[in-house]
Amino acid sequence: MKPAPFTYHDPVTIDELNGLVGSLEDVKLLAGGQSLVPMLNMRYAQPDHVIDLNTVSGLDGIADNGEIITVGAMTRQAALMNNETVKQKIPVVCEALYWVGHFQTRTRGTIGGSLCHLDPAAELPAIALLYDAALTLSGPEGSRNVPMADWPVAYMMPNMTENEFLKEITFSPWQVDHSHAFVEFSRRHGDFAIVAAGCLLAIDNGMVERAAIVIAGANQVPYRLTEAEQDIIGQPASKETFKAAAEVARRQEAMSDAYVNAEYRQRLAGVMTERALSKAMERNSARD
Amino acid sequence: MQDKRQISLNVNGKEYSGEIETRVHLADFLRVNLGLTGTHLGCEHGVCGACTVWVDGQAVRACLMLAVQANGCDILTIEGLADGEVLHPLQKAFQENHALQCGFCTSGMIMSLAAYIRDNPGASERDIRTAISGNLCRCTGYQPIVAAGLQAAQEMSGTK
Repeated sequence: MKPAPFTYHDPVTIDELNGLVGSLEDVKLLAGGQSLVPMLNMRYAQPDHVIDLNTVSGLDGIADNGEIITVGAMTRQAALMNNETVKQKIPVVCEALYWVGHFQTRTRGTIGGSLCHLDPAAELPAIALLYDAALTLSGPEGSRNVPMADWPVAYMMPNMTENEFLKEITFSPWQVDHSHAFVEFSRRHGDFAIVAAGCLLAIDNGMVERAAIVIAGANQVPYRLTEAEQDIIGQPASKETFKAAAEVARRQEAMSDAYVNAEYRQRLAGVMTERALSKAMERNSARD
Repeated sequence: MQDKRQISLNVNGKEYSGEIETRVHLADFLRVNLGLTGTHLGCEHGVCGACTVWVDGQAVRACLMLAVQANGCDILTIEGLADGEVLHPLQKAFQENHALQCGFCTSGMIMSLAAYIRDNPGASERDIRTAISGNLCRCTGYQPIVAAGLQAAQEMSGTK
């Protein structure tokens, strides 16, 4: 037995959950457990209370109203990866999920857990940022929406209070014809990415019409490469254009850790950006 | 302070009911409370894959799930994979390919691959390698494990 003692709560309804998050102190919310349970086992986290979200009804599922795809926070990564709507309308989510842990962790891991844990190298926060997804938080005070751009406050610190929980995430798939790519570099498959890059790319008559590029792993929080996105719009979809975007990625601030220094991450950010854009362009060409 | 709960679950076809401390994870529960020591514990933070079992038919890390969360679930461990005396095709393939040395990773490897091959008939060598990328083996160099996985995949999909 490894975790330090805690009191376990398994609310069934969202009302009960609201009551618990509003009244208890020193709480950890347990989603898929693929990050929290290791922290409990190693006693990095020693909360007084653990509230299990797995028993709460109404927190999972994928709904598509034609324009917006709403994903419940407790939707398992495996369910997301195998969902037909997701595969067709936001396929870069599936491509990124291939890199999330292993199939044996995706059976339990959830999208909401990943967004709230907010590891800088995690794929799902990067994807949410790529789509400018909106996050719906709930709590005893009511609900509020947070755009993904405002979600990471600092290293592994999401924009939520102790009295809130993440309820759902909404994605707005691009309505314009586009292609996508998600690439990542790590020493072994399933390890945390050293740097990952994702992009959405709309190409019309060989010119970049719209672009979104996201980088994960390079710095404390994932970020959009907005400067490069602006630069390449209206430019020919070519190796030269993508090299220029890669230069922008290389210039961004990066973090160092015990294994990888900042310069290496900056170099990788450039390489990953170019690879993602090239892959998206190749997919676009293959479709034409 | 001991926070306890009553749970009931089915493990390898046998019903179990009892009181457990809520902070016990599923792998410790299987090993300590039920004596099913075929499920191994290596890292206890989800990296080594040795504790992989099936929960309601899905491969999961038993060290990353609390036993209380398995209340009402069907659990399958390595002890329940064979059909009586008849080995699962993957167990047989492991034996024939010498896919283990010390045996520490073996139950996790088999429970992972058995689920993967069931869901991905006709898996390629690359697929097999990706499927066990979350299972660490420090003895074999993986080659015989991959060979066993491929053999079982072919046998189970009827291509061999």
